[in-house]
Amino acid sequence: MTKPIPHEPMTPAKVEIVIVEDNPNDAELILRVFRKHNLANQVILLKDGAEALDFFFPPAGPGSARAALRVILLDLKLPKIDGIGVLRRLKSDERTRGIPVVVVTSSSEDRDIKDAYDLGVNSYVTKPIKFDEFAKAVADLGLYWLMLNKLPARQ
Amino acid sequence: MNEEKVDVVIVEDDPNDAELIMRVFRKHHMVNQIVLLKDGAEALDFFFGGRASDHPKIVLLDLKLPKVNGIEVLQRLKADERTKDIPVVVLTSSAESQDIRDAYQYGANSYVTKPIRFEEFANAVSELRLYWLLLNQPLEGQASARAGRESGPR
Repeated sequence: MTKPIPHEPMTPAKVEIVIVEDNPNDAELILRVFRKHNLANQVILLKDGAEALDFFFPPAGPGSARAALRVILLDLKLPKIDGIGVLRRLKSDERTRGIPVVVVTSSSEDRDIKDAYDLGVNSYVTKPIKFDEFAKAVADLGLYWLMLNKLPARQ
Repeated sequence: MNEEKVDVVIVEDDPNDAELIMRVFRKHHMVNQIVLLKDGAEALDFFFGGRASDHPKIVLLDLKLPKVNGIEVLQRLKADERTKDIPVVVLTSSAESQDIRDAYQYGANSYVTKPIRFEEFANAVSELRLYWLLLNQPLEGQASARAGRESGPR
């Protein structure tokens, strides 16, 4: 069966990659591919939309958790608050609008694609069904957003 | 009809950069799937002169452009219902934080700086092409119109 995903303690302010994914198999595959390409130093896995919003908009402070973020991988079908709801919050708040969000989902419904782009998603990637194609897509995705895409220097 | 659809729009005034970008895309796409526009006014004419329905898979947008600059083109594209869902990648020599910040605030999907060396620049364009034409799932023109109708009047 699936191995538990190791969690390394880290300061939220240093997190570079956020994965919002409730399916443990998909989450493990993404983490494994990122580790293989040395992209996983500062990655955090969140399992539902409510956890995601708590992380991005912590009730306590002015949101230091966002300081180093380079990309958010967001599933759409999530418990509690769905991915579209999380995306809407992220893209309607000036503090988080500039963080690249890539929807990674099994849905290729026109409606979902349209909603995501309308809300300002940076990219929309459908999960390939075959394991090795999914792994390849995750590697390409990680390399694009962490190596090629440019973000402003940290303030 | 299908083979006439434009997949790639390049807005670039520097002829050398434009040639390099076009060369990478021409290897994999038919010439009539690619459009090169040389300033911001040409870009606005293209999108708001009836070709918005083409819904290209990617727009590569330089920032420093004659007539209308890239940020203004970006603003116009992202403010209009007909064009807001088209992925726009800013491809520029500027690595200024202010430009990057502005681009994301106005809804750029991605921001890539032009590497100075020829070979690295070609590689970057290659990676861009792979990502936006093969991995990213765009909203197809037809689906766009269909989904638009389903959502009814705003």
